[in-house]
Amino acid sequence: MRVNGKGLVDRSAPLSFTFDGKSVEAYAGDTVASALLAAEIKMIARSFKYHRPRGVIGAGSEDPGALITVGSGAVQDPNVRATVQEVYAGLETRSQNCWPSLNVDLLSLNDLAAPFLGAGFYYKTFMWPKAFWEKLYEPVIRRSAGIGALSGKHNPDTYEKAFAFCDLLVIGAGPAGLMAALTAGRAGAEVILCDEDSVMGGRLNGETYEIGGQSGQDWAARAVAELSAMDNVRLMTRTTVTGAYDQGTYGALERVGHHLGGLGDTPLECFWRIVAKRSILAAGAIERPVAFRNNDRPGIMTASAVRTYLNRYGVAPGKKVTIFANNDDAHRTARDLVAAGVHVAGVIDTRQDAPDGEGYEVYKGAEVCNSEGRKALEAVTFRYPDGREDKLQTDCLAMSGGWNPSVHMTCHMNGRPTWNEDILSFVPTDGTVPGMVTAGACNGAFSTHAALAQGAAGAEAALGDLGIKMTKADLPEAEDAPYRLKPLWAVAGKGRAWLDFQNDVTVKDVKLAAAENFRSVEHMKRYTTQGMAPDQGKNSNVAALAVLADATGRGIPETGTTTFRPPYVPVSIAALGAGAQGDGFAPQRFTTSHKASVDAGAPMIEAGLWYRPSYFPAPGERTWRQSCDREVNMVRNAVGICDVSTLGKIDLQGPDVGEFLDFVYTNMFSTLKVGKTRYGLMLREDGTVMDDGTTARLGENHFVMTTTTAAAGPVMRHLEYVHQCLRPDLDVSMISVTEQWAQFAVAGPKSRELLNGLLDVEIDDASWPFMACGEVTLQGIKGRLFRISFSGEHAYEVAVPSRYGDSLFRLLVARAEAMGGGAYGMEALNVLRIEKGHITHAEIHGRTNAFDIGFARMVSAKKDCIGKTMSERPGLVGEERAQLVGLKPVGVVQQITAGAHLFNADDDPVRENEQGYTTSVGFSPTLESYLGLAFLRNGRARHGEEIKMVDHLRGITTRCVVCDPVFFDPEGGRVRG
Amino acid sequence: MRFSSWKVFTEGLSGNKGWSAHWRDAQPKSEYDYIIIGGGGHGLSTAYYLAKNHGITNVAVLEKGYLGGGNVGRNTTIVRANYFLQGNSEFYSHSLKLWETLEEDLNYNVMHSQRGLINLFHSDGQRDAFARRGNMMINQGDDAILLDREGVRKELPYLDFEQTRFPIYGGLFHKRGGTARHDAVAWGYARGASDRGVDLIQNCEVTGIDIVDGVVKGVQTTRGPIKGNKVAIIVAGRSGQVAAMAGRRLPIESHVLQAFVTEGLKPVIDHVISFGMGHFYMSQSDKGGLVFGGDLDFYASYASRGNLPMKEHVMEAGMTLMPMIGKAKVLRSWGGIMDMTPDGSPIIDKMEGIDGLYIDCGWNYGGFKAVPASGWCMAHLMATDTPHDVAAKYRLDRFRTGIGIMDEEGTGSQHNLH
Amino acid sequence: MRITCPLCGERDRREFYYVGDAVALERPDPDAGDVVWDDYVHNRDNPAGVTRDLWYHESGCAAWVVITRNTVTHEILSTELASKVKEAQS
Repeated sequence: MRVNGKGLVDRSAPLSFTFDGKSVEAYAGDTVASALLAAEIKMIARSFKYHRPRGVIGAGSEDPGALITVGSGAVQDPNVRATVQEVYAGLETRSQNCWPSLNVDLLSLNDLAAPFLGAGFYYKTFMWPKAFWEKLYEPVIRRSAGIGALSGKHNPDTYEKAFAFCDLLVIGAGPAGLMAALTAGRAGAEVILCDEDSVMGGRLNGETYEIGGQSGQDWAARAVAELSAMDNVRLMTRTTVTGAYDQGTYGALERVGHHLGGLGDTPLECFWRIVAKRSILAAGAIERPVAFRNNDRPGIMTASAVRTYLNRYGVAPGKKVTIFANNDDAHRTARDLVAAGVHVAGVIDTRQDAPDGEGYEVYKGAEVCNSEGRKALEAVTFRYPDGREDKLQTDCLAMSGGWNPSVHMTCHMNGRPTWNEDILSFVPTDGTVPGMVTAGACNGAFSTHAALAQGAAGAEAALGDLGIKMTKADLPEAEDAPYRLKPLWAVAGKGRAWLDFQNDVTVKDVKLAAAENFRSVEHMKRYTTQGMAPDQGKNSNVAALAVLADATGRGIPETGTTTFRPPYVPVSIAALGAGAQGDGFAPQRFTTSHKASVDAGAPMIEAGLWYRPSYFPAPGERTWRQSCDREVNMVRNAVGICDVSTLGKIDLQGPDVGEFLDFVYTNMFSTLKVGKTRYGLMLREDGTVMDDGTTARLGENHFVMTTTTAAAGPVMRHLEYVHQCLRPDLDVSMISVTEQWAQFAVAGPKSRELLNGLLDVEIDDASWPFMACGEVTLQGIKGRLFRISFSGEHAYEVAVPSRYGDSLFRLLVARAEAMGGGAYGMEALNVLRIEKGHITHAEIHGRTNAFDIGFARMVSAKKDCIGKTMSERPGLVGEERAQLVGLKPVGVVQQITAGAHLFNADDDPVRENEQGYTTSVGFSPTLESYLGLAFLRNGRARHGEEIKMVDHLRGITTRCVVCDPVFFDPEGGRVRG
Repeated sequence: MRFSSWKVFTEGLSGNKGWSAHWRDAQPKSEYDYIIIGGGGHGLSTAYYLAKNHGITNVAVLEKGYLGGGNVGRNTTIVRANYFLQGNSEFYSHSLKLWETLEEDLNYNVMHSQRGLINLFHSDGQRDAFARRGNMMINQGDDAILLDREGVRKELPYLDFEQTRFPIYGGLFHKRGGTARHDAVAWGYARGASDRGVDLIQNCEVTGIDIVDGVVKGVQTTRGPIKGNKVAIIVAGRSGQVAAMAGRRLPIESHVLQAFVTEGLKPVIDHVISFGMGHFYMSQSDKGGLVFGGDLDFYASYASRGNLPMKEHVMEAGMTLMPMIGKAKVLRSWGGIMDMTPDGSPIIDKMEGIDGLYIDCGWNYGGFKAVPASGWCMAHLMATDTPHDVAAKYRLDRFRTGIGIMDEEGTGSQHNLH
Repeated sequence: MRITCPLCGERDRREFYYVGDAVALERPDPDAGDVVWDDYVHNRDNPAGVTRDLWYHESGCAAWVVITRNTVTHEILSTELASKVKEAQS
């Protein structure tokens, strides 16, 4: 019911939205909750377990009652708080967790079965027969559990993430937060003020207090106006600070577009990482409900929420409102309602010394003990101190058991709040979040005056810490009423009295948990699911704790409290993961030949962050194997071009580079001659192989190291580590030049012929023998030439500055094609190196050492190096170790597969008999056979032996002969050719 | 008291007045034969199997907080037997078999749900590595299926197969993998152990280990000294501190691993899914929350809480893999303290040089699924002084000797590489 | 989490790579024996409290930094260049 003359909604701007398909009238500034209450729609949702009717209970993000689904199709957004969702024309909202409809929900039968569905019942049943758990019980439980539903479709909305920095972050824009921001902003500090509401002011917008002679609403509006005029202050509405993290980092969720009908370029949400030198928590407090029989009917709300709907939205949540309280504060609800002309059926106050009412009856010392009304409240039963019971017809009960300060954020870094007997609740413990102070209601100071004073004082302290000068301003005048209350957690009596409205946890459940020895508050929480629902116990934890304390005969402080963990309000995965959907998850690195490769029709595959061509299909080729076989033959018989720029390239300079490399490589590099390249093996300190690659000495004090593509980053990090942490005495400088040079393999018998057509000075075997390196010019461009080979052919790698990469690649490929060759991709590269028994990270997979791969002789005995000592541990050498071997099929089945296991020919393929495994396989067109690289226990001593390869997954068993891993040209004559 | 549907029914009719404590809260006696430091999943299961398998019931479990309050109370509940190195393979296989009969054994519904685990792979190299893993699983007698891309699409049609940064090549499907209700595991073992006579003592922090001439004599606690002939340290997350009481350093660093749960949602994810190109794994609990996690925060920590970078990384991985979860809202995040060993595999061993002292630690981020077998094997070791066959490779000295290092991730047997 | 790089100033934790206990700087002699090497590579004090560990400013200046830090509160007490620490040691 709308109340004229009240509220901040724009009565001149009517609009309509839908709830469960029905049109609902509203005004700009309404939330879905206020509009539904205005339309007298009381039942909005169903509870989690018993599917009891649920309506609006609170007025903020903590509301445990009115969870709805917004939108449909791919944008469907479940578990939205009706109390937070602002209305706009065309907004589509729906009830959830009900079937077939909100009104007729079959699972409300659960409510009748409640005696059998108490806390933890599922731990005691559904065990027989065993097979039924997964086939019957669990599917049924899963279907009835859950609340809202995801669409199941890819989320089409956009989200963003951002960083912000400030001197002072003020969390919450009620009187304390506004006063803090004003104080700091006027002093010139960089201030960010966040509030989760669409309008700043906090409780001032829901109350009729005065500040400095004006209404609280007006004072807040003026404060906001003053702050928005300051360049050093950033005001962030609809922004909930969700978590406190280390060194003054805070997470905050800005709901950018949820209140807009169409998004355009606007993201739906933005997740902020705010770095603040100081912060003030001014998050307010949450009024707590009272547990009594059937206290969960739609129409039963918190007293402050009723005031908010009246004063902020101009909506009376009922026509005959009853108040149930244990404190003075709730009497404001009665006074505001009466002043607005709404009938107050009475105030039931558990205190004998409750104040009298003006224009309404106060039932002193009485307590509400039951309610009636199936889908909306119709009446409440209350009990006088003498035990007599009476009934009031009422359609709204405004209850208040007192207030709980919103201490949550102060617990995010493991702080525990302190029990305060005066307010019967927890207050923040000082210093639990470095750099944060608390002010106002969240600090247990409930009067407006105290909020203003603490906000100003908090800002003053922060400014002092930061060395920012300020002039003290007078505080505006405001009410400073004392807060008086009497303990009231649960009204004694039969039936079910709700604590956690969302998870359907009742007083009985907590008592049952205590009886079953779940007496620790953590045990009770976990056993009953108390506080684990979407509101995370904001409404119910303290009362549940009080019930547990009572049931276990302890005081509340020694019963303890569970921890509050971030986020303060639920945050969408899309917001926290903004930017990652689709391609955005990781950077994409492209080689200079990328476009030419794509132009040539090569399928590009991921290689770490890079993309590399898989193969280059020629006309008429229908399978990758055809292309691969051709490319391999091309390299073996003519010349092939392959972009190898993705390999890490590290430029090392300085007089001590040789000594440095001797320490990081197992073999010697200080002896390498200028103009020569050497293959090197690098270990981790634990003795396993880290990486391999060639390093070229371009000058006396100048080396260029290549790493594998995968290890480029880790090797760079490792080199810096070895230098800075172990050998800072060495005069070495290094930098990654991976992206500065485009590098291409030119491989095959015609490689030199091809290059000599491009080089300004021709080379021959004498000037450029195997493993030679040096600077060259190609058609006037300075480059580098390395005579190295991964394919086992007479081959070179030619490098030019990256800007020439594309043209050089195209030129090389064109020349190669003219010579019967062409570009080759990863598949052919892999077959070529398997034919030669060259290893990659398939073999040096982090568990193998130099002994395993047959490179023990590469660990120089003349010097120390990283990993040398540990590689000599007894478990890292010897016959038990699986050693690198080659495999060739010898039986009917000719296929070898990677990831298969090896067994002695007559053994069963079971774990106990496992002898090894295959790592790399390929079909060699050169040898017309499948070839495999494998690790086999004591394998080097077993060349010639016949073993069995079993791939259970693919159903392949192949008899193989063990051989040397170098299948092709074992003498290495071709590379020198 | 035996739990059953009938009992739930009859109690329901009579007002649920007849339920009693699931376990006894014992007061510490001055002496026990066996003392177990740590009332988490592994400590409780050790106590249970000492009593059940070996008839040893003069046992105290000393817990500084509340039972099941460590990592068994804060994990992503994944149960699987998909290891591929000798040592791990047989151990986790044994554990999974124990899971499969755990409810009958404990008379406690731990909601073990074999909904199937799919490890996705995104390159040929990853496929080969998963093939090796899957083949070893079958070698061991467990189950594995290698799915191609279309096979994955059939099981998980909601993944992004079109635009994602790292295309899905396929997945390794472990049908017997799944989840369980983690707290119930601790409670079920506690109840079983307590019923057999084990004393479970909460709020009893061990402050010292009494060792005389290389022989354990008992422990000092915040509730007084307790004598014992055999003492087990089973305090993953705090192993270093307790071992230090015996003068030992361990090959362990403690790290924080975060986990996350969303608000309740109607069933949308049936399997346990693990992404191969970023750290992300997810399942949906019976209550409807999406339960998920990722990698360590990567800094030594005992804070049981993490920071934003890893939270964001995990969510980003989720969004690239399955953008349909975007509107699920994270309700709660938490952090557990992980005992990280250099090779990522655990330790179940005697403490060399100290008679009567045993240690079960180093579960890295995979201890939950190990709870049954860890207790089984630790009880065996304590009762017989010989390692159980399936845990014989979990030696403390493997790092010194290099014998039997089990580095499943292949990142090198050094700290902070996995 | 914010870390002050001795060269670049205060930066987000995202810019840094972590590698563990700064004991890594104290590499034993090659012939120090298996116990010493086992201790160096594997065994850790792993304190719940103040520790010194090594971080790498990977997305910044590439400095290795020794950070004195509390593992319980995550408070950072000081940061120094690892090369300076190492030079002071030797």
